[in-house]
Amino acid sequence: MNQITVEELTKTFRVARRAPGLWGSVKGLVKREYQDVRALDRISFSIGGGELVGYIGPNGAGKSTTVKVLSGILVPDSGHVMALGKIPWRDRVHYVGRIGVVFGQRTQLWWDLPILESFDLLRDIYSVPEEKYRANRDALIEMLDLGSFLHVTVRQLSLGQRMRCEIAASLLHDPELLFLDEPTIGLDAVSKLVVREFITTLNRQRGVTVILTTHDMEDIEALCRRVMVIGDGKLLSDGTLSDLRASVTTERWLTVDLAEGVPFTAVLDGDARLIKSEGRRFCLAFDPKQVAAAELIARIARSCPVQDLFVENPPIEAIIARLYSQQKLQ
Amino acid sequence: MLLQYRAAAVAGVVTQIFWGIVRTMIFDAFYRSSSGSQPLTHDQTLTYIWLGQAMLLLTMLNVDADVAAMIRNGSVAYEMTRPVDLYTLWFSRALSGRAAPLMMRSIPILVIAALFFGLSAPISMMAGTLFLLSAAMSLLTAAALIALMTVSLLWTISGEGISRLVPGVVFILSGIMVPLPLLPGWAQRLSEILPFRGLIDTPFRIYLGEFHGASAALALLFQFAWLVMLVVAGRLALTRGTRRLVVQGG
Repeated sequence: MNQITVEELTKTFRVARRAPGLWGSVKGLVKREYQDVRALDRISFSIGGGELVGYIGPNGAGKSTTVKVLSGILVPDSGHVMALGKIPWRDRVHYVGRIGVVFGQRTQLWWDLPILESFDLLRDIYSVPEEKYRANRDALIEMLDLGSFLHVTVRQLSLGQRMRCEIAASLLHDPELLFLDEPTIGLDAVSKLVVREFITTLNRQRGVTVILTTHDMEDIEALCRRVMVIGDGKLLSDGTLSDLRASVTTERWLTVDLAEGVPFTAVLDGDARLIKSEGRRFCLAFDPKQVAAAELIARIARSCPVQDLFVENPPIEAIIARLYSQQKLQ
Repeated sequence: MLLQYRAAAVAGVVTQIFWGIVRTMIFDAFYRSSSGSQPLTHDQTLTYIWLGQAMLLLTMLNVDADVAAMIRNGSVAYEMTRPVDLYTLWFSRALSGRAAPLMMRSIPILVIAALFFGLSAPISMMAGTLFLLSAAMSLLTAAALIALMTVSLLWTISGEGISRLVPGVVFILSGIMVPLPLLPGWAQRLSEILPFRGLIDTPFRIYLGEFHGASAALALLFQFAWLVMLVVAGRLALTRGTRRLVVQGG
């Protein structure tokens, strides 16, 4: 059963352009020039209950716009959206009471209030029954390890502490749907792990549907079974991570450490290419359909003093980068 | 929370009393040098001025600074993910932002002005009661105007312009600067059709007994009609504004 259905969603922004410098400012007073930016271009997808979907794309691709339309904030130009059986922007007040939203770059907590008081205010705003509120709050405090700074005001928290509080704040009212817009932005490694682990637990144990946008590919690899890629307002890919890989490239990477420096290019022979070299470490890309890994390794080992080597998938960043450049070429 | 701003409240009361004295002196001079008969007696004018000093905050209308900041930096997105009607939320913000400081200032000023500076009591029990009713409506009108100005931020983003323009108009057409009955005829006629007199002039003239019986009922009705229109206008504008909303900063 689909929780979210999006059909042919389109949203255009009008951006005022201004020539630089004083003359540009003066001209702007008399005559404005506008440019239409198509943030979303006929996007369609659907998401079932309990899914954990990663939504990725470069800056300005339309990720946040999608999230804002789905969370009832923005009104699209055209297209249909049905989420939890409602049209988000039309039934906004009823709809948003059943979803949770975290914008990683903004805060929903009250700057001068201790965390606990912010939580109390949210309880009142969402009219959460006292018993349910207490149970949710205490569980969240436990899971996100907020106990030590509950009485500290928000402005005194570190970014990692604050983000954990933001996530807790978005879940006090038991939402069925959770939108996380760059929840790990700027966090250190430990906080990222806490946040990721929590998202997984939330999704598995409570069955909350999670839609996550991020630039951090580790987030995607750690969390998401399904990935949607958006570029220039268009949906470029939608499927599992391995589907995404396979659709873009079948390449593997072979990293070789040599015992002593020797010229390396001679052994490549057209079926593998050097992508980077650092001292005695060389990284090759090859297509297993053209040349078997064993054969390539044997050939290298015959002519070079190999100390260590390993084969891996290209990092997801490289896959995504290639997907974008393919999109640009079209 | 408001007690944190005790110093500001005390300073506000002192300043407004000082200006009240200056204004009563100006009108003293005016009444002494004028030989013709005036629409308000000297004593009525004194009372009008002191009531004005007490309710001055109702004329200092500007956009809600918190909402302005949220619109500028994009946090307004969060405001919209709350299961609360946005207009009600902004109206309540405006109302609470005016009501609390108004109480803090008006009560001490009224007491001091009544004791030392010639503020007289309402003309009757009835006038006093109707005054309270009308003043409550003034407060709601001020909140509706502020909410409407705040909604205009969805178009202008900065709100600087409107926050400077509106008070100028309000100062003249509400009666806070010069009691409306003392204005030239054309300005009075203009003020009679606009909502701003509902902020100051209407409750004060009820207090003075200038409006009583049918005329008081009509004045209250006029206040109420404008209040409804301002709320409806604010709601419509907000609905339109959110349709074209662009959240700043991605």
